[in-house]
Amino acid sequence: MGTDNTQATGKPGTKRPFRIWRGDENGGELRDYTVEVNEGEVVLDVIHRLQATDAPDLACRWNCKAGKCGSCSMEINGKPRLSCMTRMSTFEEGETVTVTPLRTFPVIRDLVTDVSFNYEKARETPAFAPPADVAPGDYRMQQVDVERSQEFRKCIECFLCQNVCHVIRDHEENKQAFSGPRFFIRAAELDMHPLDAKTDRKEYAQSEMGLGFCNITKCCTEVCPEHIKITDNGIIPMKERVVDRRYDPLVWLGSKIFRRGQVPQTSVTSGHSGGAVTAPAAHGGVHSHAGGSHDTAAERQAQQGVNWHREVPHPTAPAVDVNGKLPLTELTFDRAAAPSPFGDDVTFPLPPEHLNFAHPQQDEPKH
Amino acid sequence: MTETRIERHHYDVVVIGAGGAGLRAAIEARLAGKKTAIISKSLFGKAHTVMAEGGAAAAMGNVNSRDNWQVHFRDTMRGGKFLNNFRMAELHAKESPQRIWELETYGALFDRTKDGKISQRNFGGHEYPRLAHVGDRTGLELIRTLQQKIVSLQQEDKREFGDYEARIRVFSETTITELLLDNDRVAGAFGYYRESGEFILFEAPAVVLATGGVGRSYKVTSNSWEYTGDGHALALRAGATLINMEFLQFHPTGMVWPPSVKGILVTESVRGDGGVLKNSEGKRFMFDYVPDVFRKQYADNEAEADRWYKDPDNNRRPPELLPRDEVARAINSEVKAGRGTPAGGVFLDIASRLPAEEIRRRLPSMYHQFKELADVDITKEPMEVGPTCHYVMGGVEVDPDSGAAYGTVRGLFAAGEVSGGMHGSNRLGGNSLSDLLVFGKRAGGHAASYADQLTARPAVSVAAVEAAVETALAPLQRDTGESPYTLQQDLQAVMGDLVGIIRREGELVDALARLAELRERVAKVSAAGGRRYNPGWHLALDLRNMLVVSECTAKAALERQESRGGHTREDHPAMDPKWRRVNLVCSLDGDTVRLTHKPLPKMRPELISLFDRAELAKYLTDEELAEFDALTEGER
Repeated sequence: MGTDNTQATGKPGTKRPFRIWRGDENGGELRDYTVEVNEGEVVLDVIHRLQATDAPDLACRWNCKAGKCGSCSMEINGKPRLSCMTRMSTFEEGETVTVTPLRTFPVIRDLVTDVSFNYEKARETPAFAPPADVAPGDYRMQQVDVERSQEFRKCIECFLCQNVCHVIRDHEENKQAFSGPRFFIRAAELDMHPLDAKTDRKEYAQSEMGLGFCNITKCCTEVCPEHIKITDNGIIPMKERVVDRRYDPLVWLGSKIFRRGQVPQTSVTSGHSGGAVTAPAAHGGVHSHAGGSHDTAAERQAQQGVNWHREVPHPTAPAVDVNGKLPLTELTFDRAAAPSPFGDDVTFPLPPEHLNFAHPQQDEPKH
Repeated sequence: MTETRIERHHYDVVVIGAGGAGLRAAIEARLAGKKTAIISKSLFGKAHTVMAEGGAAAAMGNVNSRDNWQVHFRDTMRGGKFLNNFRMAELHAKESPQRIWELETYGALFDRTKDGKISQRNFGGHEYPRLAHVGDRTGLELIRTLQQKIVSLQQEDKREFGDYEARIRVFSETTITELLLDNDRVAGAFGYYRESGEFILFEAPAVVLATGGVGRSYKVTSNSWEYTGDGHALALRAGATLINMEFLQFHPTGMVWPPSVKGILVTESVRGDGGVLKNSEGKRFMFDYVPDVFRKQYADNEAEADRWYKDPDNNRRPPELLPRDEVARAINSEVKAGRGTPAGGVFLDIASRLPAEEIRRRLPSMYHQFKELADVDITKEPMEVGPTCHYVMGGVEVDPDSGAAYGTVRGLFAAGEVSGGMHGSNRLGGNSLSDLLVFGKRAGGHAASYADQLTARPAVSVAAVEAAVETALAPLQRDTGESPYTLQQDLQAVMGDLVGIIRREGELVDALARLAELRERVAKVSAAGGRRYNPGWHLALDLRNMLVVSECTAKAALERQESRGGHTREDHPAMDPKWRRVNLVCSLDGDTVRLTHKPLPKMRPELISLFDRAELAKYLTDEELAEFDALTEGER
């Protein structure tokens, strides 16, 4: 009969320092632990060992422990990660591993956060509309056509993309009007579904889900454990095609004046909204994800409606590396915490004139 | 007990479990117009169903048009070594194509054939390509599709009643600890919110159990923490019965090292594509374990085995491709003989067999999974694998058509892994996902009509609720007992070592004695901390369920003196036709597990006639064969 559950195989375990956030909605603190770590373990293994030894009531979500269910999302040394997929061998021996709950969602206890925001947004996203005249069993689709949607259906709903999205990460007030990357790809998935009978997925995403808030910093793509190209394959095509389909004559005129890609991202339901204006981003600008231009006069003008003849200030691009990616991956970033998505030089709250996006419903009459 | 706050809800149907079976049952109950609650132990959409990779078996005949329900039925009965409840196997084979097609109307996107139909893949034990699949994430597709269907029903209700939750509501991170009865009728369910630790009481005349399996009682398992046999135990305590509890499926090749991937499955295709099993001495040992009945189909030397991959028509198969139970037993024997790896497994080597490029092309997800989860490069080094507890064939004994639990209770239904009978002594890969859909729908529908035909609602008694509260709070109020984590480890050691893949009478007797000891210790378990999201407390409450279900397994394993499918007795190595006619039924008598024999239902003539006499001769008693002969005589 086996005597021990944690078999001693390979090298004996070493004691490693951990700092784990303990607390609830009333506040908490980072607490230090020294835990045994064995060869080949991941952060979740270490948390389980802590539960079995020093901290039996340490709260943490997990299920499959194989990167398939998306339950064990947390921030490890400031980076949003699945703890079952973060190997201890990626840290230096002796390096303190700091584990904190997802920042975008309210804490329930310790590493467990209230992610109900995501389930509310899921409920608001219109469901698949089956074609009326096709009987079950008669669905015919080509593999090449389902593959585009299948990429998005790989989503394990770990909500790391939601957590890292700067539109809501430190902006509780945006949560109501913004569904987040997870649900943009849900909309994209349905939009690309060969047999979905609903034809206004993109317009809906723009007018009701807050697609216009997104200014494509690609943080969501960076953290996706399923490697879904959320921005490139989901959000950007949605944005482009919203523009393609524009029927509003004013916008049509605009599309004649502006080159593609420069067309104002306005909501379908309000043709003259002062939306965020995307222009080709100047590469290598100041590191500020929000893209606030700090030109208050121009920003104020931008707020007042579309001025077709105005050269709108270019949003500043994030500082990207040679591969065109953000320095957010654990290996390349230069400090032990995630960067502020708004740039490290920005203080909060952000003055409204520094925001370069417009609320999709700002022009609708107040009820 | 005076100060306890309990949130009360009224529903027509309460579905416990939010995996494939639970969600499908809930959809059906809601479509029947019933007010339905779904209880999910974790977050909505995280259920263990997401782990299923291979696919969902359904005889749609998209890839090979000769496939039909009769062939699927035959395969299922064969796989289960004829111990299956034939009616369940029949319903399953007949109805699974509709259940799969229905998923497409909910938005599922399966991989396609060239002519645009649902593609189907080959799998062990299935005569024709039969598994509808989405790459290797079919389970995720299934759960997400059902989850999104529920959302769409909620959207309909919002339009009609102004409230998403008017007729169907998901209680996520909620655990049910007790079913409440009014005499022999289900009256409700009692549990707690994991987040807050607050109690919740559902008053409902019909309950569907869809809680999955029991793998957490084993040391090496591919199952998640939720798999603590809650539904099995709730059913027992409510007066229902369990069958086939001795049958557990151990997948032969689960990772045993490194710890980060312990228990995770290495798909059979690794062996199908050329992977070989070696012991610590570097010997390809499977040639020593080919049973006589398989000698004709399996090679006895490496040269022939290796030729098979290129020329399967003129060579016999490599012994690595023997059925799951044979491979698992062989690995187990090597390890017990001291020729295992340090972590207690053997080596599965594909690195030295195929070029790295080829491995990455053929097994992309295996390659990525181990690279990312464990930093193991399967193109460079062998994997360390061993048998991992994967699935429990046994479960709640149910009426095949309605999913209603047998025993003394009424208003209780079960579907999916928690129910027993469908898979007999061994489940075929791919039959699980279709099982969830077929019997989930049936259980949900019948629970709804049961609720309809009741004239009066059963009432929940105050005393029962008070008792449930007391039981739930007890571990928090004690500080003298042992840690639940220690107790779980000890339970896993007993089950893994003594009631594992190979069983012996002496060890099983020993296991029962140890389980009795553990029962005393579990009764005194104490959990530190408070009620808010306290995993220690949650485990302390789950332990009680794991323990009683483990007792059922150990008792039934001791009783069944033969080897069949997921039950291997070293002291009774052969299959015995007499035992095929027997189901072992567990019930609870006070606190003790009682075991009785019950005859298996007899297959209908038109179903048994689907088989060859030669095949039946391997399974049936002489008496049964004579009956079969008389039957076929009559036909001629």
